[in-house]
Amino acid sequence: MRIRVCTAGLAGLIATATIFVLAGAHSSALKAQQAPAASTEVKIDNFSFEPAAITVVAGTTVTWTNRDDIPHTVVSDDKVFKSKVLDTDQTFSYTFAKPGTYPYFCSVHPKMTGKVIVQ
Amino acid sequence: MTGKTKDEILYDHNHDGIDRRGFLKCMAWAGTGTLCVMQGGVLKSFALDRSSGSGAAVAKGELSFVQISDSHMGFNKPANPDVAATLQAAVDKINGLATPPEFLLHTGDVSHLSRAEQFDTVDQILKSTGKQTFFVPGEHDVLDDDGKQFRERYGKGSKGAGWYSLDQKGVHFVGLVNVMNLKAGGLGSLGHDQLEWLEDDVKHLKSSTPIVVFAHIPLWAVYPEWGWGTDDSAQALGYLRKFGSVTVLNGHIHQIMQKVEGNVTFHTAASTAFPQPEPGKAPSPGPMTVPADQLRSYLGIANVNYVQGHHALAVVDSKLG
Repeated sequence: MRIRVCTAGLAGLIATATIFVLAGAHSSALKAQQAPAASTEVKIDNFSFEPAAITVVAGTTVTWTNRDDIPHTVVSDDKVFKSKVLDTDQTFSYTFAKPGTYPYFCSVHPKMTGKVIVQ
Repeated sequence: MTGKTKDEILYDHNHDGIDRRGFLKCMAWAGTGTLCVMQGGVLKSFALDRSSGSGAAVAKGELSFVQISDSHMGFNKPANPDVAATLQAAVDKINGLATPPEFLLHTGDVSHLSRAEQFDTVDQILKSTGKQTFFVPGEHDVLDDDGKQFRERYGKGSKGAGWYSLDQKGVHFVGLVNVMNLKAGGLGSLGHDQLEWLEDDVKHLKSSTPIVVFAHIPLWAVYPEWGWGTDDSAQALGYLRKFGSVTVLNGHIHQIMQKVEGNVTFHTAASTAFPQPEPGKAPSPGPMTVPADQLRSYLGIANVNYVQGHHALAVVDSKLG
């Protein structure tokens, strides 16, 4: 009888622990949904994008900052996004909502190319 | 082939035999007072201090004009915090020439950021020459508006993106635009419409007509890794093959280079604003900061002379200080 009680108590404890774990997981999922969208940075330095290729999840905002003494632009090959000219220390941001591969370049210095892969 | 000493001979192709093979490249950091004369596709060289000789004959030619380039008005970084002052120094140099030029050519990057006040400042400084200036845009002149403002200011009567031609004392000048609609990974571009226009523009000219082509980005492959070339320049030069004397004047690379290839002499001018590195000698082609007291020795103007009947076109590069 005592054993049964003990078993029932243990089962209750396990059930409680399980509910706690589930509740914890649910809480984490909610937090992920409510957290600010992910963001990442690309530097423009020495006439190149660094890193030249990045992989991000959908919803990520990418910000480019021009660290050169010369103006540059950030222009999607497929015209999905296009910055105005960026003078030194100016930035351009774009939020990638849809998965895909987005090649881009500097329309002033087209040898400068980069790529954003959105998963 | 590089040098910074005033009056040093930079190009002496007449004796080395290399240029007859048609693939010669010489380079100087800045205008160093050298006179270059092209005769029948062969470039001869004279130091300016020898200009009492054959150089003087050319300097008193029937057509004289000056090329300036890359004034980058609005640039204020350490490589040159005062580009207005160095442009003014270029104008002072022009105004002091023994043979006043008929006009000026500006081969682009007039402004740094295509702003109205930057163009205004250049116009104001150039006004004291009292000479007409013919412009072609650099990539810095067509930012954000595809060159609309530039064409309104400098491109009246031009075609397409701003290309045009004119005749001066028997020389046919062609101003080309190779900084528009650039493609990812590519170089400068002339485009189909402009090439078609060029073919039509020159096909009725006699082959003895001297041709001067001016455009911002070099029309030869100076250093494609840094974008210093034009993807479809070979097609343009093909239309000029029949002419005995073709001179191509470019800017963009902020340093003097020359090359002779067959009937064509290529020349790039120094900037009036700041120097850029030798090809491949730096991580990028960005502005090169030199000691302030040396800056003007890296900047300059090009004085060009043509003598009718001599089949000669001379390019004299002079540094600002």
